[in-house]
Amino acid sequence: MIKISNIKVSVENKEILRGVSLDINPGEVVVVMGKNGSGKSTMANTLMAHPKYVLEEGTIELDGEDITELSPDERANKGLFLANQYPMAVPGLTANSFLWQIYKKRNGSRISIIEFRKWIEEQAKLLDLDVELLKRGLNDGLSGGEKKKLEIMQMLVFGPKYIILDEIDSGLDVDALKKISTTIATVAKSKKIGVLVITHYNRILKYLVPDKVVVMEDGKIVKEGGAELANVIEEKGYKK
Amino acid sequence: MSRFAKVKTAEKFELSTYKYGFSMPENYVFKAKKGLNEQVVAMISKMKNEPEWMTIFRLKAYQIFLGKPMPEWGADLSDIDFNDIFYYLKPNIKTEKSWDDVPSEIKDTYDKLGIPEAEKDYLGGVKAQYESEVVYGSLQKKYSDMGIIFCSMDEAVVKYPELVTEYFGKLIPSGDNKFAALNSAVWSGGSFVYVPKGIKVDLPLQAYFRINSANMGQFERTLIIVDEDSYVHYVEGCTAPIYSTDSLHAAVVEVFVKKGARCRYTTIQNWSTNVYNLVTKRAKVEENGTMEWVDGNLGSKITMKYPAVVLAGRKAHGEILSVAVAGEGQHLDAGAKCIHLAPDTTSRIISKSISLKGGRSSYRGLVSMAPGAKGARSKVVCDALILDDKSRSDTYPTNKILENEVTLEHEATVSKVGEEQLFYLMSRGFEEHEAEAMVVNGFIEPIVKELPMEYSVELNRLIQLQMEGSVG
Repeated sequence: MIKISNIKVSVENKEILRGVSLDINPGEVVVVMGKNGSGKSTMANTLMAHPKYVLEEGTIELDGEDITELSPDERANKGLFLANQYPMAVPGLTANSFLWQIYKKRNGSRISIIEFRKWIEEQAKLLDLDVELLKRGLNDGLSGGEKKKLEIMQMLVFGPKYIILDEIDSGLDVDALKKISTTIATVAKSKKIGVLVITHYNRILKYLVPDKVVVMEDGKIVKEGGAELANVIEEKGYKK
Repeated sequence: MSRFAKVKTAEKFELSTYKYGFSMPENYVFKAKKGLNEQVVAMISKMKNEPEWMTIFRLKAYQIFLGKPMPEWGADLSDIDFNDIFYYLKPNIKTEKSWDDVPSEIKDTYDKLGIPEAEKDYLGGVKAQYESEVVYGSLQKKYSDMGIIFCSMDEAVVKYPELVTEYFGKLIPSGDNKFAALNSAVWSGGSFVYVPKGIKVDLPLQAYFRINSANMGQFERTLIIVDEDSYVHYVEGCTAPIYSTDSLHAAVVEVFVKKGARCRYTTIQNWSTNVYNLVTKRAKVEENGTMEWVDGNLGSKITMKYPAVVLAGRKAHGEILSVAVAGEGQHLDAGAKCIHLAPDTTSRIISKSISLKGGRSSYRGLVSMAPGAKGARSKVVCDALILDDKSRSDTYPTNKILENEVTLEHEATVSKVGEEQLFYLMSRGFEEHEAEAMVVNGFIEPIVKELPMEYSVELNRLIQLQMEGSVG
């Protein structure tokens, strides 16, 4: 379980999260909704220890272990995976090579690079991602949708215990959204992965059925409910 | 003195003779002293049994050297003390040096690179590499069957006087600059390569295996002539760090590329960080010929090096691909020069520099297009990557365009390895230095892919090593 206990977070000395607590259980889909500036993405980045987000108070536990002081790579190695809203480009580092390095880091060299490439190609086809793009620099010159698909490719290679999806649905067309969210749903279900979905809209929830929905406003959780809450918000907006 | 002691002395003496490619009376070992004057210059020539013209060439160059002021337009050279340098063989220093004297960071690097013991000793300057003699011998046979000459410059002066007198010092005259003058006066070692017409040499010629003279000498002098429609790839040195007690390295390299020929010259310079590396490299390219300088600079305290191509014939092409990694206490002032003298000549400069741990890298480049070079085209791309706030990067491009119908493109970028980029890579489980190395290796990839395989692998590993410990 990821246990977030009363965290207060500031960015450039401005308090963004003002005491947030949330649990994400293995195999559970937890959705965080809220308007722009409500603190949703701050939560995602804080969970991954982005240096810009300063944790002033509170703790974060992962499967009973306090990870509040751990760096991004240490948290990743505990099984935490963040699919970024804006994946960074690294020119010259090919996606293929990066995926292989992630694989080796996580699994050692259990399969040969040739077998690995074959597997990667199959996954790319399932996601409808052009394999030629994997020969380019990581996220270099890719469209928004292609970048999001590459995040999912990384997730598949990484094999996380918990996934944080920071607005994975933004900038995706209907087909891409469906491909990506069904892929995540399938993997999460079969591997009992806990998923934290951060989103504006409930359209992704058609494929990724939530166990819990929370609504954030002004750095706090203001509403909590089941899947039905997302539908209420879709119909009536974020008004109380 | 016992018999055993005597044998030992003789061994030492042989070693030095072998390493420097010329012989001298045994008692001379004890007369080596620092500093430079006319007698020293004459002595160097005499010890090498050189023809008179070379002695005169050296003495004239020495006068030019004296007359030229220190260049002050680039890196800071004010600490060089010309009187504190050995200009000729100093076997009692070289051979008595032991493995214990090699700095521990260099030894660590050898270990991490997995370099065999014998090579470690050699690279560390502890001894000459006898072990490669067999390899070298078999290559020599193959080359000579093809009519290729590949020997030390010292040997060439004696053995191939016609070729040497025709080309030596013709592209980089002694008066070119102060350090070219110094090299012309006291040069020793370096390679001589002649590839006859229509010969394509499939394997790179590696100075590393040409071991019967010092291939990493202090004042080496290299001359390469690639005759019509031929091809050769010459590789200078190796990527492993070279430990040197010498504080000054001033080399001169001249390359003549004839009609339709192509030459690629690859250097990875990794001197220890006490060395001033001041090198003049120039190639003259005739009609339809191609010259490619692939130049990597990792080591040295100060490097000033601007490989040049003089495009003298129609449709001649020149490329200069360079990468510099400037770490703590280093100033690497590197660049390129493309001189377009003929119509439809083309050139491309790609320069990548990385500054870290307070290091400073500069790109200094010249593109010149002479009247009559109609249709000449040149493209310059220089990218700098700065890893921290202590480090620095500068760009000094110069363009001299004296013809109207030409094209010149210039692109320059300076980027910092950003927090966002590192966070992104670290969020996949990579430590900060690993993430940084990924960004850096990605940055230099366009150059690395031009290197022979074993070099590119080693270069990436070396950069990785340099990254380790660079962050807390």
